Amino acid sequence: MLTSAENNSSARLEVPKTPLGTILSCFVATVLLVAILLFSIEGAEIRFGDLWKNRGNMLEYGSGFLKPDFLDWPDYLQEMIITLQIAVWGTFLAIMGAIPFGLICSSNISPSWMTQPVRRLMDLLRSVNEMVFAMLFIAAVGLGPFAGVLALSLHTLGTLSKLFSEAVEAIDPQPVEGIRATGAMPIEEITYGIIPQVIPLWISYSLYRFEANVRSASVIGMVGAGGIGMLLWDAIRSFNYAKTAAIVLVIVVVVSVLDFASSRIRRLYI
Amino acid sequence: MPVSAEEIQPLLSYSNKSIDQLPAVEIISLWKTFGDLQALKEINVLFQSGEMVGLIGTSGSGKSTLLRHISGLIASDARSECQIKVWGQVVQSGGQICSDVRKIRAEIGFIFQQFNLVERMSLLKNVLVGRLAKIPGYRSLFHLFTRSEKMEAMQALDRVGLASHASQRAGTLSGGQQQRAAIARTLQQQAKIILADEPIASLDPASARLVMETLGELNQQDGITVVVSLHQISFAIRFCPRIVALKSGEIVFDGSSEDLSVEQLGWIYDSDSEVDFEAIRPKLEER
Repeated sequence: MLTSAENNSSARLEVPKTPLGTILSCFVATVLLVAILLFSIEGAEIRFGDLWKNRGNMLEYGSGFLKPDFLDWPDYLQEMIITLQIAVWGTFLAIMGAIPFGLICSSNISPSWMTQPVRRLMDLLRSVNEMVFAMLFIAAVGLGPFAGVLALSLHTLGTLSKLFSEAVEAIDPQPVEGIRATGAMPIEEITYGIIPQVIPLWISYSLYRFEANVRSASVIGMVGAGGIGMLLWDAIRSFNYAKTAAIVLVIVVVVSVLDFASSRIRRLYI
Repeated sequence: MPVSAEEIQPLLSYSNKSIDQLPAVEIISLWKTFGDLQALKEINVLFQSGEMVGLIGTSGSGKSTLLRHISGLIASDARSECQIKVWGQVVQSGGQICSDVRKIRAEIGFIFQQFNLVERMSLLKNVLVGRLAKIPGYRSLFHLFTRSEKMEAMQALDRVGLASHASQRAGTLSGGQQQRAAIARTLQQQAKIILADEPIASLDPASARLVMETLGELNQQDGITVVVSLHQISFAIRFCPRIVALKSGEIVFDGSSEDLSVEQLGWIYDSDSEVDFEAIRPKLEER
């Protein structure tokens, strides 16, 4: 029940109306979205009916996964370890590069004549897929895991530099000013004022990218850049679904364990 | 009363003077404009070595801007007559901060209202930061401090009553404790001048008193020149023998705190609600 005072105030108060402009812009946005989706149907060959039509093939494919073939498990394990090693080095090299490049890309500590060209370079690295880099490096250094390491590190460098610089741009400038006021040099302002503020985020982003790189390292093996991806590609090409299932399971288990471990480590730092 | 640039000029020939005979800070014709706002208008002031000076004035009167100019954290307007010196060394002139300002900053301890400590670093490391300007670059880069530097930092923390918190992260401490840690950083810096920008503005009364007592002790016992901007008039009158009042970017009072009357304070603060003048009156009458 409303009291008389509340009734009086209700009479005075008015619920603000949604502006016509807001309603119109929502409507236009919705129409645009629907138009884009419709336009993309033909190009993307969206035919949900095929799922039903080809159910026999799918069931056959799926049934292969129900009986995974672990006969060659020592090979899977060995290649999975190589995959992890590719991811470790790919991520490590990317982090080493992303620290200076991330700082250079940060508009709050670097002049724009430095940030802009380096940002564009990082955009370029990020926009090229690991798979493309892998094929380029296979041509340069030959088949094998090293091409994978280089491919992962370049793509990850582009991603981490952007993430690192965004973390630096979000710091609290006051502690940095406190350090500057003691007569410290700019490099000391970074070491003592900026790095301690961003280190939890940097660790978190690096771990996240490591997880992503383990997944990517499993895939780039398909083009000959080493690791379990090569075995997976062989199994898929020979329609050996039981083997494919075993390899996928190994990847899933390892990636899940890593996800769990890295989320635990991330929690320690944030 | 405020001094003019002409009165200051004769003091500026120091060829034969030792550092103790030099004024700690000289500000000549300082102007500062932020966009359309004239933040400082022809400031001429000297702070003598060993003084404890209270800067008072309303919010936006130019206190913080003045202190930041002394440390070379911001540059004045590009007027040829603008000059700031610390112990006779030029900090900035004509709107240009001098190239070796870091050497001068190393002698100036700056205390900020929001403490400006690195919250994720330990208190000890925050205090050790005070020594960065005086150790080789390779050591500072790799956080390599000698045992004696660490011991001095512990002594500085002990002096402000925080030795037992040395390994704690700064962010876990109260505001008053963080401000005292900031003072310990200036001790580690071996600063000869402390510029404190509203150091007690965000503290409770007990912590505020403790911080002001520590600053007073450093001034009295160590002979450190202290320039402190304050909103709390009662603290300014109690701890600072000399008061400099700013109003709309101009110095409107410069003299002994004993000469400051309630009426003058009323004019400085436009009798606004920032200051409880009647609460201050008994303190002024006590003197």
